[in-house]
Amino acid sequence: MQTITRRQALALGSGAIAVITIGDISPSFATPAETDAEIAKFTGGKAMDKGKISIDLSEIAENGNTVPLSVVVESPMTADNYISDILVVADGNPRPGVATFHLTPLSGKATAATRIRLQTTQNIIVVAKTNDGKFFTDRKQVKVTIGGCGG
Amino acid sequence: MAEKPRLKVPKEAKKGEIIELKTLLSHVMETGLRKDAAGNIIPRKIINKFTCEFNGKPVFSADIEPAVAANPYIQFNAKVDESGTFKFTWVEDDGTVTTTEEKITVV
Repeated sequence: MQTITRRQALALGSGAIAVITIGDISPSFATPAETDAEIAKFTGGKAMDKGKISIDLSEIAENGNTVPLSVVVESPMTADNYISDILVVADGNPRPGVATFHLTPLSGKATAATRIRLQTTQNIIVVAKTNDGKFFTDRKQVKVTIGGCGG
Repeated sequence: MAEKPRLKVPKEAKKGEIIELKTLLSHVMETGLRKDAAGNIIPRKIINKFTCEFNGKPVFSADIEPAVAANPYIQFNAKVDESGTFKFTWVEDDGTVTTTEEKITVV
């Protein structure tokens, strides 16, 4: 009797994934210009500082249909010093926009989490806006095995 | 939307405590990019706005794009200083509104 070793099973699995990926008719991706435009629309073209943001996103997403994403921004979230808006964009999806979160001092903590669709391996860019109009940004790359935007 | 939203909100909190709220609404979140078997584009149908209010005051809201996964899950925090009611609202592309409320007691 022939048994399938773990190694062979893995090879079979990755073969199946390759077939699905090739069979997928991908819609066009967002261009870097579109991604920049989406960010500029949010910031009004103002300069952004790097930092204050931590993005919790797995390095490898096996299923691009639903990828958990969590964002935390350092902020005291008091009435006169809080994060008012958080923009999330993805530079390798058919369209760059993912979500914009609007917060208030009643939010208590500058955080939001959701599950997103990712078409392919790409960067998730997060931009946070303070109530006095300062912008902070950070990004994280995520490798996607099976795209999740349909085609 | 026949489906009832799923919520995870604490029943009780201490004054000034920051609590975690989890929400999920069953929805297809059709992107408008997919094609059916005949090659026709399936029209976009998504939840595009979510809001949370506490005793009528805004706590958190989200503008949502098709890049948010089906059955949109949204998790966020809220600082509670008094007992009251959270009101959650989801708005669909066609204007359909789903709302639900959850009470919390501050001890």
